[in-house]
Amino acid sequence: MEPKNIYLQDLTRGLVKENPVFVALLGMCPLLGVTGFLFYGFGMGVATTAVAFGGTLMVSLFRNLIPSQVRIPIFIVIIATLVTVVEMSLEAFQPELHEALGVFVPLIVCNCLILGRLEAFSSKKPVLRSAADGIGAGLGFTLALVILAFVREVLGHGSLLGPNPDTVIQLFGPNFEPMTIFAQPAGAFIALGLLLALFNMFTKRFNI
Amino acid sequence: METLISIIFIYIFIENFVLHRFFGICPFLGVSRKMETAIGMSMAVVFVMTMATLVTWLVYTFVLLPYNLGYLQIVTFILVIASLVQLVETVLRKISPTLYQGLGIFLPLITTNCAVLAVTLLAVRLEFNFVESIVFALAASIGFSLALIIMAGIRERLEFAKMPDALQGSAVTLITAGILSIAFLGFQGMLSL
Repeated sequence: MEPKNIYLQDLTRGLVKENPVFVALLGMCPLLGVTGFLFYGFGMGVATTAVAFGGTLMVSLFRNLIPSQVRIPIFIVIIATLVTVVEMSLEAFQPELHEALGVFVPLIVCNCLILGRLEAFSSKKPVLRSAADGIGAGLGFTLALVILAFVREVLGHGSLLGPNPDTVIQLFGPNFEPMTIFAQPAGAFIALGLLLALFNMFTKRFNI
Repeated sequence: METLISIIFIYIFIENFVLHRFFGICPFLGVSRKMETAIGMSMAVVFVMTMATLVTWLVYTFVLLPYNLGYLQIVTFILVIASLVQLVETVLRKISPTLYQGLGIFLPLITTNCAVLAVTLLAVRLEFNFVESIVFALAASIGFSLALIIMAGIRERLEFAKMPDALQGSAVTLITAGILSIAFLGFQGMLSL
């Protein structure tokens, strides 16, 4: 296999076939917690992808120096440092998004999806492949966030690109009565459950 | 006293950590298959969450704040939690083998339970004092246990229910959690801090 192909494979593996959310059920807390609006979901996805990319890069760079007995604590410290950087950048450049995501930004530390990639891939594979793998896993997570946030915002608020009044698009006109339950925590569970069922159905039918 | 009682009520029922704030969904989905494991996990979580909040609050107030190291919050807290879990595991094995057998296998899982990190961070960020923080951690962990144990009870019966293939497993669990969350919506707005 030519090398270019490998990188593309590492990048796209996380999107559908090994999607961290729909296949492995990782990172459920932020997935449910921040998807009230599309903008928040996307922001969370970008933040997580940034941490995943940085983490895979660092770990794979130092993979020969990290003693295997203490690798997990080292991974966690690397991730926690990157998350601190991301949180500070968000606070500086996107204060509203930072406010809305709240404690879910520091909780990226506990997102098993990143630790999983570090342990399974970056600690053994070369730098470029690991970076591609990290971005891929992050994008797969972002994809799930965006899908769920899209469903919840359209059904729960009848809008897109909210809640910022400058960008918000009302989809259904003034007489539309939104299904508020989808904006509530309960709706997050139900929407995700139904999405998972749909995903199961399609993967089974088309043998993906 | 009044604040303490409202903290207890709010974080057990109104802002339930699992069903309203979405912390600790992974163990909620992972260990709710059997009542026995759910109870074991709950006890471990109550124990670790309260201990972790106690330690991190002290570390934050007496080490990080005086030396202007607030930005090290995340790194410090996750390390404190990880080492605390390790310590509790070792001590339990020595002192009380029976308790260790009950909680032992759940302890390593707790490090990756985001509810624990969430409770320690929130205790600091909501600017609770020492007693309030501990009561908050206790209430939050009891709320977590409540949700987990109710879910385990429901899932033991779901096991034998007929349903479409695609819904089996996590999908139906999430939808059940949604319905449970609607039930807890009834407490909404009863109290606020």
